[in-house]
Amino acid sequence: MAERLLEVNDLNVRFATEDGIVRAVDGISFELERGKVIGIVGESGSGKSVTAMTLMGLTRGVNARFEGEVLYKGTDLLQISDADMQKFRGNELGMIFQDPMTSLNPVYRIGEQIVEAIRAHEHVDKRTARARTVELLRQVGIPNPESRVDNFPHEFSGGMRQRAMIAMALSCNPSILIADEPTTALDVTIQAQIVDLINRLKDDFDSAVIFITHDLGVIAEIADEIIVMYAGRVVERGSKRDIFYDPQMPYTWGLLGSIPRLDRPRVERLHTIEGAPPSLINAPEGCKFRPRCPHAFEKCREEPRLDNRVGTPGHLDRCWLDVEFKRATRDKTISGGSVEAA
Amino acid sequence: MVTFLIRRTFGMIIVLLVVSFVTYLIFFKIPGGDVAGRIAGKQATPGNIADIRQKLGLNHNLIVQWWDMMKQLLSGQLISYYDGTNVVQQIKEGMPATFSLCIGAGIIWLGFGILVGTISAVTAGGFSDRSITALALIGISLPVAWLGLLFRYFLAGEGGGVSWFPDGGYVPLTANPWQWFYHLLLPWFTLAILFIGFYGRVLRSNILDTINEDFVRTAKAKGLSGRQIMVRHTLRASLIPIVTLFGLDFAAVLGGGAIITETVYSIQGVGYYAAQSIHTQDLPPLMGVTLYGAAFIVVFSTLVDVAYAYLDPRIRLT
Amino acid sequence: MTTTGTTQEEFTLDTASELAAEEGGSKIEGKSPWVLAARRLRRNYVALIFLGIFILVVVVCLAAPLYASHVSHVKPNDQNAGGFITENGQKIPIISKGTSKFNPNGTVELTPGGIPIGPQWGASGGEYFFGADLIGRDVGTRLLYGGRNSLEVGLTAAAITTIVSILLALIAAYFGGASDWVISRFFDLIWAFPVILLGIALGTSLNIDGFHHFGINIAAGSLWIPTLIIAFVFIPYIGRPLRGQVLALRNREFVEAATAQGAGSLRIMLTELLPNIASSVLVLFTLIVANAILTEVALSFLGAGVQSPNPSWGTMIADGQDVLASDPWLSLLPGIMITITVISLNVFGDGLRDALDPRAKVRIEH
Repeated sequence: MAERLLEVNDLNVRFATEDGIVRAVDGISFELERGKVIGIVGESGSGKSVTAMTLMGLTRGVNARFEGEVLYKGTDLLQISDADMQKFRGNELGMIFQDPMTSLNPVYRIGEQIVEAIRAHEHVDKRTARARTVELLRQVGIPNPESRVDNFPHEFSGGMRQRAMIAMALSCNPSILIADEPTTALDVTIQAQIVDLINRLKDDFDSAVIFITHDLGVIAEIADEIIVMYAGRVVERGSKRDIFYDPQMPYTWGLLGSIPRLDRPRVERLHTIEGAPPSLINAPEGCKFRPRCPHAFEKCREEPRLDNRVGTPGHLDRCWLDVEFKRATRDKTISGGSVEAA
Repeated sequence: MVTFLIRRTFGMIIVLLVVSFVTYLIFFKIPGGDVAGRIAGKQATPGNIADIRQKLGLNHNLIVQWWDMMKQLLSGQLISYYDGTNVVQQIKEGMPATFSLCIGAGIIWLGFGILVGTISAVTAGGFSDRSITALALIGISLPVAWLGLLFRYFLAGEGGGVSWFPDGGYVPLTANPWQWFYHLLLPWFTLAILFIGFYGRVLRSNILDTINEDFVRTAKAKGLSGRQIMVRHTLRASLIPIVTLFGLDFAAVLGGGAIITETVYSIQGVGYYAAQSIHTQDLPPLMGVTLYGAAFIVVFSTLVDVAYAYLDPRIRLT
Repeated sequence: MTTTGTTQEEFTLDTASELAAEEGGSKIEGKSPWVLAARRLRRNYVALIFLGIFILVVVVCLAAPLYASHVSHVKPNDQNAGGFITENGQKIPIISKGTSKFNPNGTVELTPGGIPIGPQWGASGGEYFFGADLIGRDVGTRLLYGGRNSLEVGLTAAAITTIVSILLALIAAYFGGASDWVISRFFDLIWAFPVILLGIALGTSLNIDGFHHFGINIAAGSLWIPTLIIAFVFIPYIGRPLRGQVLALRNREFVEAATAQGAGSLRIMLTELLPNIASSVLVLFTLIVANAILTEVALSFLGAGVQSPNPSWGTMIADGQDVLASDPWLSLLPGIMITITVISLNVFGDGLRDALDPRAKVRIEH
């Protein structure tokens, strides 16, 4: 069993805002071992990005309140001081973000920014740091790294910028790489390249990866375990096989159904999930997905607990629907067309 | 870069020509009545007036008149109506005082403005921030003339308060460096307070905006310390607009825009010269100073653009 | 009804909308940005208080004629250099006479004359409540009339410059091409002059004999002169930012959509572009009023703005310069009024800006 790096126990994140208290993350738990890839999937507002940023301590502020534990190699990252947290960032936990154009400082060269990352944690002189930077750029697949290291971000293409960001995030050999929607702002062909790159580097650097996205298709290759989030809660969790072949939540069906597929007959329209995500301030009672779920019934007014109902070990869900019923109806949803209640 | 500068220089010359033409219009065409009559004074005979009209070339068309006046200015021969002195000479004599006032004030307001703005932003919402914001608001709401008089009254022995400072006047640097400095302290702060308040607020606003930028988030995610993030990333980005502002404001005061401070403290610089000319309705000096001021702004505009391109590599000089 | 549904009949056909209707407050509600802004502004007591102060100042200055007739019993330009006022039965000269005293040892003590009487604070009825100026005019009356003038010039100039700038910005940014070039050069031209120098240049030359060209006739002492000068000078300070904003908006999809629907240029400018720059305009307007008042004060102080004998806060400060040591009130009082007025505008302007464009100003609620 690989070394357990991260243990998140019932993490809660709340923000005080002008309109009320936003429950951005409402109880998420998971474990991460070295070499493993967890995919966190959900719509905008599901809490996936807040979870990731909380792991890095980037959500700390006057208006944030945390509950639960985030144990990194035994240390609870929620409890340590800002100064101590700073030592973990970049060093043990590396993060890349969605838009590489705005995530890099436009007035400094790419090389300078990576060198800065290295020297933030390691006592090396500039020349050594620069040499390492060039090597990192080579590793992430940037051609002519010796000259491109002195380019400015606006002189790189989108895909190359993201590669540079990955190089920067991995520069201090962190044990965990957190990727927050790294491919969303890129072209589809580049997306595949970046995902492959992350997969390969994970092995080269012997790290674990938390990959956040709204698109299940993107992590189909790379994820070992998938967590589906909705309205701040985990609504389904399981291995890649579980989620793709035996999904238990109607929400997950919706996500799967909205992936365009080449191997199925072409349909009139991609499946869409009707309605909009609920307010995180005034959450509806019972199952949060109920207002949008075409299969909701009486019992759904009572909030389901995250349980293993389906029997496969490690596969948890929050749905009262009968397992057999689910298996019978979900193919209609996933293979496309609009949803009708059975 | 070289082509840029050449092209810009042409541009500046054209702008200055247009500015001078407009200035000429302002002074010689807008006022109704007879220019020659005004110059000649109250006891003039029609002969005198015709004479003057001939000498000033007022019989020719507009463009010729303007060009003649330009030639006079550029050859340093612009003569005042009021006392026959040479305008260009007077401006030159006023420059050391104005420069001393403006450069000192400029350093003060830039330095304090940045300091105050940074503290305010870093302690946002707290007591320091609120106090600084209140003081800045007062600073930008004070009429400069009044502030100068207040300082003179309370700090320069003009009446109420203490006599810690001399009451105006200018001592040349070469004559007595300490006195030069001592006499300029109050004027420096009078001129600077308005700008400190303004720059502080602008910088505070820029910093608070920049803190939410993605690249600042990345800097934090890399594990940089608070100070490293603030200095290398946040401030670096927030100060760029300040550079532009400063370039233009500094140009404006150097070019005679510190007219009120100079008047209140009797510092006989370029602005003071302009102020005196208002009361005597003496147009040539005003025209000279106006062009002088515009020249500063036009040149500094180009300097600011160059600086901006240096600070932000995304900008290409065209 | 059993809670573990196994047969199809137990599944109700609740649709999403029925359920949502039952839920009530579980949807994310949208509110118009103006409603949100008004709400935020209402909660900002400080800004509202200062708005109140500003309005108070305006009202008091507008009531100048009332003060003149009921309190001070003089008009703003009534001189009374040789007169006396009665206080506690004694007659005190309004402008002091110099005295000379001969000492026994042959030296002479001279006290200079020519010092106007200071604020009486009601000791002589309402006369010279705030004192007299160098030629015996009542400061209190002049303060209010002067305030009226300064505020009139400031507010009118701000209004004119805002309207003109909006027009120019819309035309330049919407039509582009030649109109943009001409208007931008126009902005550049005004911009090239230091504000105060252009102001005094125009002020001096216009106050020689007024403006009598192109069929427009404005007399030399008219308040329109400083008003129009200030309006003119500030045009690029509003025009350029607005032009930039409209340029950015112009290429957005909603403008394309409106054009595709056959809307004409004027209509697009009025219904699509103007509302979107409205919040900038509001904020810029409050800033410009404050700056216009300060500029009027500066110009009048130098003699290139409001002309004697018309009072203005600026001319009053200038009047008091020479007697600063002996009668500071002459310069102090108008300065206090100006500062209060401008601070109120600035604080309110800040509040307005925060209401229209808040930057995560959150309450801590736990």
